[in-house]
Amino acid sequence: MDLGQINPLLLLASLMVAATPILLAAIGEAVVEKSGVLNLGVEGMMITGAVVGFAFGVNTGAPSIGFVAAAVAGAALSMLFGVLVLYLKSNQVATGLGLTLFGLGLSALIGKPYEGIKAPTMAKWEIPLLSDIPVLGPIMFRHDPMVYVSLIIVALTWYVLTRTRAGLILRGVGENHNAAHALGYKVIRVRLMAIAFGGACAGMGGAYISLVRVPQWVEGMTAGAGWIALAIVVFASWRPWRVLLGAYLFGGISVLQLNLQAAGVPIPVEILAMSPYLITILVLVVISLRGNHGAPGSLGREFHATH
Amino acid sequence: MRVLKSLLATAALATGLAGAAVAEDKTKVGFIYVGPVGDGGWTYEHDKGRQAVEAAFGDKVETVYVESVSESNAEGPITQMALSGADLIFTTSFGFMDATLAVAEKFPNVKFEHATGYKQSDNVSVYSARFYEGRAVQGHIAGKMTKSNIIGYIASFPIPEVIRGINSAYIHAKKVNPDVQFKIIWAYTWFDPAKEADAAKALIEQGADVILQHTDSTAPQAAAKEAGNVVTFGQASDMGEYAPFPRVSSIIDDWAPYYVARTKAVMDGTWESVSTWDGIGAGMVGIGEITDAVPADVKAEAEALRDALASGEYHAFTGPLNKQDGTPWLADGETASDYGDDGLAGMSFYVEGIEAEIPSN
Repeated sequence: MDLGQINPLLLLASLMVAATPILLAAIGEAVVEKSGVLNLGVEGMMITGAVVGFAFGVNTGAPSIGFVAAAVAGAALSMLFGVLVLYLKSNQVATGLGLTLFGLGLSALIGKPYEGIKAPTMAKWEIPLLSDIPVLGPIMFRHDPMVYVSLIIVALTWYVLTRTRAGLILRGVGENHNAAHALGYKVIRVRLMAIAFGGACAGMGGAYISLVRVPQWVEGMTAGAGWIALAIVVFASWRPWRVLLGAYLFGGISVLQLNLQAAGVPIPVEILAMSPYLITILVLVVISLRGNHGAPGSLGREFHATH
Repeated sequence: MRVLKSLLATAALATGLAGAAVAEDKTKVGFIYVGPVGDGGWTYEHDKGRQAVEAAFGDKVETVYVESVSESNAEGPITQMALSGADLIFTTSFGFMDATLAVAEKFPNVKFEHATGYKQSDNVSVYSARFYEGRAVQGHIAGKMTKSNIIGYIASFPIPEVIRGINSAYIHAKKVNPDVQFKIIWAYTWFDPAKEADAAKALIEQGADVILQHTDSTAPQAAAKEAGNVVTFGQASDMGEYAPFPRVSSIIDDWAPYYVARTKAVMDGTWESVSTWDGIGAGMVGIGEITDAVPADVKAEAEALRDALASGEYHAFTGPLNKQDGTPWLADGETASDYGDDGLAGMSFYVEGIEAEIPSN
């Protein structure tokens, strides 16, 4: 065993890369659930974003265009879900699962011509001055732009949800849709917007896997990341900063345990392999022990407008 | 997760069967895959075998498959396939072993073929390839190519097949480079590109300049390509899109002749439960082209090793070899037996020199 072989700077850098896809998907889903809708189609939207983002990235040579396309694709797919559950009142759980199945199949179809193709490289952003700070600089300020974008999205989500009128309305719709409706708020419109936001975030999360983390297109490549994101939302009690904590914990420990294995640390591999799940759940549950952290009151319930 | 995977599998099965309810006299051959057919590796090659069956028998045969079946929940999809009238079912991952036997007991008239396992019954054959022969060739090239003397190994699950591969690669790397060191990461998955990429990156960050993988996707190849100076080998499939570098050679699984022969046996009514374990000689294991990124003399040695393994003149596990704890395993000149105590089929120990522990399964 030789822990000196693990370079902490490289480790922290790969930690952020490993966490970003889950973070993006989870923060989007947190907003969807805050509005009272449970969308289990995260995995399907992620994988669709992964393939569409990859296709656009390869064809234009610009990963940024890939990310925009992935967001649009994820949002478009989520609108399918939105129309089904909000207008046609289909069951949210079943429709969400259906969306995942649909996304997996659709992405395999779109992705056929893209197997074995190399992704365009995304330039790293070295933030002037800050990136030159010793130690901290390389860890914090030398990443690809999407890492910063994902952090900004978390900050904005927190701000909008807790500090603005729009956020208050969204939460109101999620807590009690009948009351919100009686007050004159457009429940369905608010929810559609939340679902579109969730879809766009999941799409970008998927594209981050195919354009940055792996980077290439492989069928089924999200391999359950969407389900991890869903779990993190719940354990994070639907709070943006805890979602960030959960995603970074999970991503970080996933990478750390691989490094510890390679370094030959005398901890049984089975324990290392389960540690990302175990520690993430433990930490988030312990944080949530105090206070009221229940789910949004109308989560998953069907909304019939009464006149 | 389990529930979802079985849902996925059932839905995939339903779609696969929807267009296939006609023609009763056709021989119906089913395949259960652990990953998606587009993984570019393991499942991709099994599906090529399925296509070969279709090509060989045309409209006399009908094939169906279910992809991405969870190893922990395979009974459902296999049962569905048997219920839908399949005559012959190939289950193509080690983890499907017990599920295959359980379903086979309920359907005595259906023939089953389980890949890489060791439990046979009247209507369950087992078949596998001697991948460790290919690993010997890889180990030789890896030992010659590494400059840091650190070889990274992405392992999947601690089962005999994977352990044999690690041992064989290590023995032959050590033979040509006594300073070589193996760093092994257990990914506990056959297919998860993001995790495979992370594992490859962790190994590269810790100094490995050769990566061997026993997982199914091409993600480690992409990670090596990005690093720039890291050698890889195609796993299960040629992965030729990463040649000539980082991929300098590969192990190719060629299931097609076996699948065609077994389907023919069912059609002729001559099918019997057998245990097949073929290597380079029989063509079940292929060594993909060794590229020019490998020095000419190393390439020639590797090809000579391949040919000696194929002809049977050399065995990949030839003594003197000790187990990891120093106890003798094979005496000078002795070769490992397939079965029995310390046989290859149930291999559960590392050879001497590997500094790591095998996790309990």
